[in-house]
Amino acid sequence: MNEWLDPLLLSRWQFGLTTVYHFLFVPLTIGLALTVAIFQSAWVRTDKAKYLQLTHFFGKIFLINFAMGVVTGIVQEFQFGMNWSTYSRFVGDVFGAPLAFEGIVAFFLEATFIGLWIFGWDKLPRGLHLATIWLTTVGSIASAYFILAANAFMQNPIAFRINEARGRAELTDIGELLTNPIALASFPHTIFACFMVSSGLIISVAAWHLYRKQHADTMRPALKFGMWMMVISGALTTFFGDSLSLAMTAAQPMKMAAAEAMYKTATGANASFSLFTLGTPDGVSELFSVRIPYLLSFLSTHTLDGTVEGINNLQAQYAALYGPGDYTPTIWITYWAFRWMIGLGIAHILVAVVGLWLTRGGRTPAAAWVWKVAIWSFPFSLASMSVGWIFTEMGRQPWLVFGLLKTESGVSPNVSGLEILISLIAFTLIYGVLAVVEFRLILRAVRQGPEDAPVPDPLTGETPQRVTVY
Amino acid sequence: MELNILWFWIIAAMFIGYFVLDGFDFGVGMSLPFLGRDDTDRRVLINTIGPVWDLNETWVIVAGASLFAAFPEWYATMFSGFYLALLLILLALIVRGVSFEYRHQRPESEWKKWFDGMIVVGSAVPALLWGVAFANVVQGVQLDAGHNFTGSFFDLLNPYALLGGLTTLLLFFTHGIVFVSLKTEGDIRERARKLAVRSGLVTIVVAASFLLWTVLAFGSLFTAVFAALAAVALIGSFLFNLKGSEGWAFTLMAATIGLAVLTLFASLFPDVMPASNDAANSLTIANASSTPYTLQVMSWTALIAAPVIFLYQGWTYWVLRKRVSRGTIEAAAH
Repeated sequence: MNEWLDPLLLSRWQFGLTTVYHFLFVPLTIGLALTVAIFQSAWVRTDKAKYLQLTHFFGKIFLINFAMGVVTGIVQEFQFGMNWSTYSRFVGDVFGAPLAFEGIVAFFLEATFIGLWIFGWDKLPRGLHLATIWLTTVGSIASAYFILAANAFMQNPIAFRINEARGRAELTDIGELLTNPIALASFPHTIFACFMVSSGLIISVAAWHLYRKQHADTMRPALKFGMWMMVISGALTTFFGDSLSLAMTAAQPMKMAAAEAMYKTATGANASFSLFTLGTPDGVSELFSVRIPYLLSFLSTHTLDGTVEGINNLQAQYAALYGPGDYTPTIWITYWAFRWMIGLGIAHILVAVVGLWLTRGGRTPAAAWVWKVAIWSFPFSLASMSVGWIFTEMGRQPWLVFGLLKTESGVSPNVSGLEILISLIAFTLIYGVLAVVEFRLILRAVRQGPEDAPVPDPLTGETPQRVTVY
Repeated sequence: MELNILWFWIIAAMFIGYFVLDGFDFGVGMSLPFLGRDDTDRRVLINTIGPVWDLNETWVIVAGASLFAAFPEWYATMFSGFYLALLLILLALIVRGVSFEYRHQRPESEWKKWFDGMIVVGSAVPALLWGVAFANVVQGVQLDAGHNFTGSFFDLLNPYALLGGLTTLLLFFTHGIVFVSLKTEGDIRERARKLAVRSGLVTIVVAASFLLWTVLAFGSLFTAVFAALAAVALIGSFLFNLKGSEGWAFTLMAATIGLAVLTLFASLFPDVMPASNDAANSLTIANASSTPYTLQVMSWTALIAAPVIFLYQGWTYWVLRKRVSRGTIEAAAH
C-alpha cells in the first residue's frame, strides 16, 4: 500500500491537527467567560458604565470565538469512534463515562446559559442575567475537568480491570477514576493556563488601544486587570505545572526522561535541566548545552539528591515488561515542546510583570517598543498551551493508553487510508478558512473598540434596554 | 429490567431529544430560501432559533458520548462504519453553527449571502444523512466477527435508507416551518403555515411509506403500534395546522418525530446493530453494552441530572417564549 495512505499515520495527523486546533479556541472560551463574568459582576455591583462597556466589548470577542470552540468540539466527540474504533471498544467502559458526564453535566449547562446570556439582556432581571454568564463559566470549567479526567486515564490508567474474555478495560471505581492524580494536577494547571491565554488577549487588545491613545477610560483598567490576571494565573499555572511534573514522573518516568532527552540515569547535581541544547537532531548526542544542576532532580522528585531514570534504562525495563519494541517517544519533539511551553509561558508572565511595573501609580510608558511588545505578546500563552499538549500527548507514545494499548493498535481497522485522507483534507481546508474568518472578525471587533455607554433617555431618565438579535 | 435494556431506551430518548430539538433548527435553516423574502425575513427566521441552536445541538454530543459510555461496541461500529456519512454531517454542523454566529457580524449583503447558503446546506445535509444512517442501522449492515463494518459508503445509499433520509429531511423541514409559524408574527407566520400545509402533505406520504416499510420488513407488534401512533400524530399535526392551531401542530410534530425514533429503536430491539450478512455477527444490547457497574454509575448521574436539565432547558424556552417580529428585528441594533 502507498505509505501516504497509511490509516494509522493519517488518523494520528488528523487527531493531532483537529485537537490542537480545537484547543486554540477552548482556552479563550474558558478564560473569556470568566473575564466577562467578572466585568459584568463589577457592573452589577458598582453600576459604573465602563464595566458594562468592557462586558460588551470582551463579550463580543468571546462570542466570535465561542462558536468555533463548539463546532470543532463535536468533531472531537465523534472521532474516537470514527478513527479509533479499536481504542473505543477497548476503553469505552472506562473512558466513556467521564465523556458522558462532560456532556450531561457541563456542556448542557454551558450551551443553555450562553444562549440566555446573549439574548437575555432585555428578558431577565439584572441579577439573574448575571447568573447566566457565571453558569456558562462553570459549565466550561467543569467540561475541562471531565475531559482531563478522561485524558488522565490514558496517561495513568487506574480504576479498571482487564476483562480478558471481552478484550477490554472495565471500570472498577468511578471515584478513583475521577480523582486520578494526573487529573488533579493537570486540571488546575490547564485552567490557569486558560486564564493566561485570555489575559494575554486582554493585555494585547488594551495595549493596542492605549498605544493609539484611545478609550483610556475602559482600556487602562482592562490592561491592569489583564496583567494582574496574567501574573496570578501564571504563578498558579507554574505551581500546578510543578505538581503535574511530580505526578507525571511517578506515572510516566519515560515522559520526564524524554522531556529532558536524558539517556542515562542521573542523581543529584547530575540530574540537571538544560535550558538550551545544540545536538544532533535526534537528540542522541549533545554538542553544547546550558544546564542548571539539580533542577531536573527537583522537578521530578522535589529533592536535590533525587534520581531521575534515563531513557536507556526505562527502555530496557519496558522491553522486559511489555516485550521487545521501541518504548521511547520522539525525543526532539518532547525535548523542545517542553522547553517552548515553559519559555513562552514565562515570557508572557514577564511581559505582565514588567507592564505592571511600568504602569504603576498611573504611569504610562512612552517608548513605542514597550507597547509593541505588549501588543504582539498575545500568541505566547496560546502557543505555550499548544506545545504543552503536544508534549503531553507525544510523550505518551508509543502508547495510546499507557502500558495497556499502543497507538498503532487503537486505530479503526476498517476505515481506509483514502477515506481518512479525504477527511483530513476536508478538515484542514475548512479549519483553515474558518481560522482566517474568525481572526479577521476578532480583529475587526477589537478595532471598533468598546461601544459608547448607553445614555439615559432625557425625558424618562431611563437607560434603554439592550436588545440582542442576530 | 436489566440496566443495559434501560440504557437502550435512554439512548433512544436522547436521540429523540436531539431530533425533536435540532430537528426544527434544521427545518428553520432549510426554510430560508422558501420563507425569507428579504434580509429582515431571513433574520426573523434565524432569530427564532438563535438563542437555542447550540443547546439543541448539544443533545447530539450528549447522545454520542452516552452511546460511547453505555454501548462502546455500538458507538465504535457505527461511527467507524459510517465514516464518510458522519464526516459530511460534521462538516455541515460546523458551517451551520459558525454561520448562525458570523452572519450578523458584518452588514454587507454579499457576506450574508454566503452564510445563508451555508445555513441551508448545513441544515439539509444532517437532516438527510441522520435518516440514512439510522435506516441503515435498522436494516442491518455487513459486519465481520469483530463487529467491524465491512461494506462501503455506497452500500449505505440503498433504497430503504434513502427513503429514511428523505423522511427525516421532510419531517424536519415541516417541523421547522411549523416552529416558524409558532414563533413569528404577521405575514411570515401566515406564509409559514401555508407552506407547512403543502410540505405536510408530502411528508405524510413519504413518512407513511417509510414507516410501513419499516414495520413490514423489520418490525414487530411493538413497532407497528409506534408507527401507527406516529402516523396519527403526523396527520393530527397537519389538521391542527390547517385550523391554525400552531401550538398543537408543533406538539404533534414533535410527537411524530419522537414516535418515529421509537419505531426505529423498537424494530432494532434487542439488537443494536444487526449484521445483514450473518446474524452471529450482530451487535446486540447484551454484547455491545458496558458493565453493570458503569451503567449503574451512568444511571445515577442521569437520574440526578435529568430533572435539573429539564427544568433549566424548559425555563430557557419559557424565557424566550415571545414571538419574533420584523419590528423587533428592525428596531434592534445589529
